Amino acid sequence: MDKILKMVAQRLALGLLTLFVVSLIIFFSVQLLPGDVCQEILGQAQTPETVAACRRELRLNLPWYERYISWLFGILQGDMGRSLANQREISELIGKRLGNTFFLAAFAAVLSVPVALVLGVMAALYRNSPFDRIVNALTLSSISFPEFFVAYILILFFAVQLGWFPSISNVSADLGFWERIYRTALPSLTLMLVVVAHMMRMTRAAIINLLASPYIEMANLKGLTRMHIIVHHALPNALAPIINVVVINLAYLVVGVVIAEVVFVYPGLGQLLVDSVAKRDIPVVQASCMIFAATYILLNLTADVLAIATNPRLMHPR
Amino acid sequence: MTVTTMEGALPARPSPWASRISVAAVYLFVVVLFLQIVRDDTLAAILGLLLIHGYSVIVLLYWRNLERSAAGDKAIVTLTLVYMLLAVLFWDRFSALPWSTFFGLFVVQAVALLAVRFWKNLRKAPPTAWFGMVVVLFYVMIAATAPIVAPFTETEIVGAEYEPWGGQFLLGTDNLGRDWLTRLIYGARNTIGIAFVTTCLAFLIGGLGGFLSAALGGWVDQILGRAVDVLMAIPSLIFALLLLSIFTNYSVFGLKIHPMVLLVVIIAVLDSTRVFRLARAVGMNIVVMDYVEVARLRGEGLWWVITREVMPNAMPPLVAEFGLRFCFVFLFLSALSFLGLGIQPPTADWGSMVRDNATLITFGDITPLLPAGAIALLTVGVNFVVDWFLHQTSGLRDDH
Repeated sequence: MDKILKMVAQRLALGLLTLFVVSLIIFFSVQLLPGDVCQEILGQAQTPETVAACRRELRLNLPWYERYISWLFGILQGDMGRSLANQREISELIGKRLGNTFFLAAFAAVLSVPVALVLGVMAALYRNSPFDRIVNALTLSSISFPEFFVAYILILFFAVQLGWFPSISNVSADLGFWERIYRTALPSLTLMLVVVAHMMRMTRAAIINLLASPYIEMANLKGLTRMHIIVHHALPNALAPIINVVVINLAYLVVGVVIAEVVFVYPGLGQLLVDSVAKRDIPVVQASCMIFAATYILLNLTADVLAIATNPRLMHPR
Repeated sequence: MTVTTMEGALPARPSPWASRISVAAVYLFVVVLFLQIVRDDTLAAILGLLLIHGYSVIVLLYWRNLERSAAGDKAIVTLTLVYMLLAVLFWDRFSALPWSTFFGLFVVQAVALLAVRFWKNLRKAPPTAWFGMVVVLFYVMIAATAPIVAPFTETEIVGAEYEPWGGQFLLGTDNLGRDWLTRLIYGARNTIGIAFVTTCLAFLIGGLGGFLSAALGGWVDQILGRAVDVLMAIPSLIFALLLLSIFTNYSVFGLKIHPMVLLVVIIAVLDSTRVFRLARAVGMNIVVMDYVEVARLRGEGLWWVITREVMPNAMPPLVAEFGLRFCFVFLFLSALSFLGLGIQPPTADWGSMVRDNATLITFGDITPLLPAGAIALLTVGVNFVVDWFLHQTSGLRDDH
């Protein structure tokens, strides 16, 4: 048990260190701009007032280390400064959108994880059958599709031709839960189609990998059914890689929402980020990048820790 | 030259002179055709001759490593003649665009050469791989001869906005009244071209870094490895957006960086991290081999070890990775363009074409899905080919 705790602690420390370095990169890459950062950012659109506001926002009057520390502690306390474009509090801009983004990602995850696991187990069970081949070809194709292609096909069928779902997912805070589910159905479905393929292939590979081991052969010789072998003997041992790939895909989901949000005009963080990049609203870009990166890193960290925690050899040392 | 003893013993081969003469005839025909095309332009004629000459030298040098057969020769000559026939049939278009004509010819012959060289492996390829190869070939041909195939020029406004399909405009017109088909064809050239260049750059950076890391070890390995770890910890789309927002209009020594260059460099650097990981892992297994040890003892330098010892043996996994990376870069680039932050107008590009005309979809018009579908088809094709290639080289099978 000590060994596990030690490994988990190591991973956690490494994750925090990564997070710290990433925050350094995100903060200081702006300082790479030559000359006056603010004039460089604002370019053609500069007036003395906007330049002054920009300097205040980027805290250019402070030395670099104080600037960084005040930025970092600001973010930790939820105060991220003001937007350059409209002078509003960034935390206010981001607040609700962050919730929306997480809602969408969570919805997509709830849809996709069971589907991927069932498909993966089925494909492993009926290996090399027509079912397996079809699922394989379909998933390989859906990995290759650009997200916006999937999204627009869904819009074409479900919104335009059948009229089942709205093509634009405009949600607001006062919507009921089911109404919200209804409006975000298409973007979640898009995200689901994108991540299911990867998860399913990994599940299948993990199980098939195990089927070569001696204890499976033993189970076979005992005369157990294939279903029993896979569910009772292979699946528990394949849990570690499967959990790993599920969490990694969740991390991907949080980032992958960007395109889906833009297609469906969903008021989430991704859309804000894209708009701010186009407007070169650096403080907002930095803050949203930091949030995305932190989520991504934390989820990957969770994947690492879970992989250690579900490893039978580490859990039950001799 | 690799000729198996069995084949070498067979006397049934036709005289090599027959095929040599036929090849010479084809080249003569090419020269005459070219002189006709550019008879008004001396400089272009000289350049063209140099091109043909250089190309035939490459072909002939390569010829030696080729397991030749009469069938192979015939395939090359036939393909070239078909292309010539097309050139004669559509003389106006081909003669107006000599460079594209030659680029197309180059592609045709290169493909024929490769096909003959690897015919033995190709014959056993599964239908999915064949499908993939046909798709890739089709795209490459379209990209190479875009100006010839396209009915109009890239940015020309030829009609009203959103004209329907049929008539003069086969697929209608876009939001500014430009011909859809033309934009689609030029989009192939731009999007695939830029993605290809980016992938090459990523492999140059990542491959070199990875091999260096493997060959040198020690602190170089540590520094490069940790730097890559940190870069990979940030999701690449997010990181790319951050860098794009910072470095747009960035200037070095008073020179503005072209947005396209910026895009290529950013994506290449972000993507090279994955190449680095693979190149380092593969390189690690090679540098411990005896022959590398021998080369080092012989006093060969670092460059020799990397280029002559490590690289040739690391090729198969890297080639497969190139296909996968290309797909990834291609999708990434399209995604950025779709967000309006990638390839900038008026350059025709599939991602931004979807974005600009997306409103049509809500009226049930599928035209904006065409470029998206084109992206999907190419990535599927490349994936199928890579899948087969991986299966072949690594014996990656799951039938136990």
